[in-house]
Amino acid sequence: MPLYWLVLLILALGVVGFFAGRHRALASAGGNGRDLHSLPVFYGSNVMFSAIIPSLAFIVIVSIALPGFVSSRVSHMVPASEVQEGSSLNLVMAEVRRVSDGLENAVASGAISEEMARDPGADFDDMTARLKDSGQIMTAALTANVMQAAQEYRAMSHGGHRFIVIGALVLAIAGFAWAYLRTNKDFRARNFVERGVLGLLIFAASVAILTTVGIVLSLIFNTIEFFNLYKASDFFFGLTWSPSFSGRGGSSALGLIPLLWGTLFISFIALLVAVPIGLFAAIYLSEYASPKVRSIAKPALEVLAGIPTIVYGLFALLTIGPLLMSVFGRDGLGWMNGASSVMTAGLVMGIMLIPFVSSLSDDIINAVPQTMRDGSLGLGATQSETIRQVVMPAALPGIVGAIILAASRAIGETMIVVMGAGAAARLSLNPFEAMTTVTAKIVSQLTGDSDFASPEALVAFALGMSLFVITLCLNILALQIVRKYREQYE
Amino acid sequence: MTDATASLSEQPKKSKHAASLLVADARTKRRNAAERRFRMYGIAAIAVGLVFLVILLASIVRNGIPAFTQTYMTVSVELPADKLDKKGNRDLADLKKVSTFGYAPLIDKAIFAKVQVLGIETPFTKPKEMRALVSASAPAQLRDYVLNDPSVIGSTVEFKVLNSSRVDGYMKGRVTRDSVARDKNIDAEHFDIVDAMVKQGSVSRVFNWAFVTGADASESRPEQAGIGVSMIGSFFMMLVVLVLSLPLGVAASIYLEEFAAKNRFTDLIEVNISNLAAVPSIVFGILGLAVFIQFMHLPQSAPLVGGLVLTLMTLPTIIISTRASLKAVPPSIRDAALGVGASKMQSVFHHVLPLAAPGILTGTIIGLAQALGETAPLLLIGMVGYIASNYPDGIAAGFLSPNSSMPAQIYEWSKRADPAYYERAWGGIIILLLFLMTMNIIAIILRRRFERRW
Repeated sequence: MPLYWLVLLILALGVVGFFAGRHRALASAGGNGRDLHSLPVFYGSNVMFSAIIPSLAFIVIVSIALPGFVSSRVSHMVPASEVQEGSSLNLVMAEVRRVSDGLENAVASGAISEEMARDPGADFDDMTARLKDSGQIMTAALTANVMQAAQEYRAMSHGGHRFIVIGALVLAIAGFAWAYLRTNKDFRARNFVERGVLGLLIFAASVAILTTVGIVLSLIFNTIEFFNLYKASDFFFGLTWSPSFSGRGGSSALGLIPLLWGTLFISFIALLVAVPIGLFAAIYLSEYASPKVRSIAKPALEVLAGIPTIVYGLFALLTIGPLLMSVFGRDGLGWMNGASSVMTAGLVMGIMLIPFVSSLSDDIINAVPQTMRDGSLGLGATQSETIRQVVMPAALPGIVGAIILAASRAIGETMIVVMGAGAAARLSLNPFEAMTTVTAKIVSQLTGDSDFASPEALVAFALGMSLFVITLCLNILALQIVRKYREQYE
Repeated sequence: MTDATASLSEQPKKSKHAASLLVADARTKRRNAAERRFRMYGIAAIAVGLVFLVILLASIVRNGIPAFTQTYMTVSVELPADKLDKKGNRDLADLKKVSTFGYAPLIDKAIFAKVQVLGIETPFTKPKEMRALVSASAPAQLRDYVLNDPSVIGSTVEFKVLNSSRVDGYMKGRVTRDSVARDKNIDAEHFDIVDAMVKQGSVSRVFNWAFVTGADASESRPEQAGIGVSMIGSFFMMLVVLVLSLPLGVAASIYLEEFAAKNRFTDLIEVNISNLAAVPSIVFGILGLAVFIQFMHLPQSAPLVGGLVLTLMTLPTIIISTRASLKAVPPSIRDAALGVGASKMQSVFHHVLPLAAPGILTGTIIGLAQALGETAPLLLIGMVGYIASNYPDGIAAGFLSPNSSMPAQIYEWSKRADPAYYERAWGGIIILLLFLMTMNIIAIILRRRFERRW
């Protein structure tokens, strides 16, 4: 039974349960709703939730855990000899899964009978021939052992699927029956249902924790795997970045330093653009501008924040890059060799960050108490003197926090650098040269590659880990500063 | 005593400073100039920001508008029965045996005949040399047309042929005679034919519906590429995001705002949410790759996976805005509900939530708009490099079969070598921004119309 039919069936059972529960409750009170402990709706909801929620949770949990479980069981069947030099168990398992899918399709199209697909002693050559005939893609890596593993994999997946269907139905019916039988006029349905709803609310709130845990686990496991293949010290302190895709590992130099340098250089230029413009814009908007100017200029600047990064990327690639090229390139000053450079990406990223800096600083400047300004103005200071000598020092911690947040944004920005900064990793001080960043390399190492076994692909997770740690530290630092600053004036 | 003498001795100096209040002295002038300068810096900063915005929008519009028109050529194509239907029985299976290679010469001949009828001077002598004028997809279009209606075989039909991207670029001014000097695909003499045909009226630019609704095309046929299929991919992704993030986000906010006790667990959730809001989007892509594809073996490039990743990414946004609108509902509403005997749960679901609904919807729409424009995480789960050339057949396929999304499609086009694809990329951005603008305007209208100030 396909999963969505199962889900629909369970939902239908829930709807039936709602009316059944409601009816039974009313019947137990002799049709008089006033004799019930709770409103009739709660009795219905009780049966409905009891039928639906445990079984749906069961489906979700088992479906998530099943592939991993089956893979780990089947991977014991693959003998060590099957894992060739330069390959890995993961690759063999990917092959097993592919063959298993092939078997499934072949059975569906009738090229292979169900018994044959299940029979572990079936003739290997005959099976491959039939699979090929039915149009399944077979690779050279297919051996008799892999075929057996694939058969086992298929059988276990089927078993797992049956387990899901039966388990979910049993749970749904049991929940239905249990709640239905408990329904009578003295049953405290409302308290029970509300406790259940509260549980759901808590679960929803925990999704944020689960997401963080998921991010950390997925980064850590793959990073550890990477460090098993590649020395950690070489990664963190290596000065060259030149992955090779021909030979697995070995000749690749995967040093973090040049990427980090490119990232920081581009972010620095971006902040050089965004901080003065954003800060002065915020000062003008909060201290000088009339309400009318403010109501127009502020949303207009914030439009810049609502534009997707892909647009900025294209802007860098096709507008700013060629523009800089015509000024600093071969026809102009001769400093630039190609349209993509640190300057291109930095400038565009700076434009993107202007509203980010300006609206955060705006909030912070507005939070400085008016009495401080009044005191300064009363002593005869001009408005700009007040801002420079009173408002700014008071707002400084908050503004530093805002700039750190902007820096974290710049470091994690992907599309602009992928499209505007270039692909070569370099350690250079010239902002008109092409460099690359951590995020750009994560994208280039992981796109179009489904093999996660080589150090060249796994390095992306180590890069992601570094990126996550750096931005997390910056964010925590910034939030701490901003929070402390807010408390100071509350 | 000494103080008094000191102040007395300073007296004459001070009087030199301020001879009169009406005449500004040098120091005051300097301070006033500094004040004006400072003010100018602020104005300049805002002006620079706005100029950037204008340049950005102008370059989008200027580069993107041409993508919405396309050059077509109308020619009379002869459909000889002896070539297309050798057996003469109009049987569809037999007709299908004639591949596009069989149709291409027909178009060449038709154009060549037209050139001769119009008396256009041209150095070309063979019909085959006309092929540079039309898209490589033209024979397939003609073939589909014939297969759809076999009765036209044997007659001569007026057929609207898609021009090649070079001709299209020439019509739009992107390609010039000089720029094709070293182009193997087309010669400047071809443009003489185009010029003459434009005058005569058989070559014209029309609104390009195929761009809005069509599918992506291969590297060599930019004139055929459209964003329609990836739009459907984006649509299914947004469905997933909406269905998952709205209930999850609202439930989480209700718990945190209305029920959560001040304890460690609540603090942990709060810290997590504020951190997730600032995690780089590409990290969510890594999460999606590792958890949904590596671990759960969901299909690559599927809108379902993209939607799941974007859901996790937009949840913090939705939670933050939902909490703000729940907080805006005054406590008196809750107190009144509790006072007449409602339970805490009932007061929240029956009274607070409906009152906060406009704010929640606004936040959700803005979160969706953010998700719609997001690209980086989609690159990692295989939404790029895939040519979105087929419409999904059915709803389940819409979620599970590989597709692209609008921003991923734009990125894909921007990577291709042919500059004709850059025009498509800008055009795609216009469509994307139109969607975002519509969503934001709906959000603003919702806020204006339904937001209550207490």
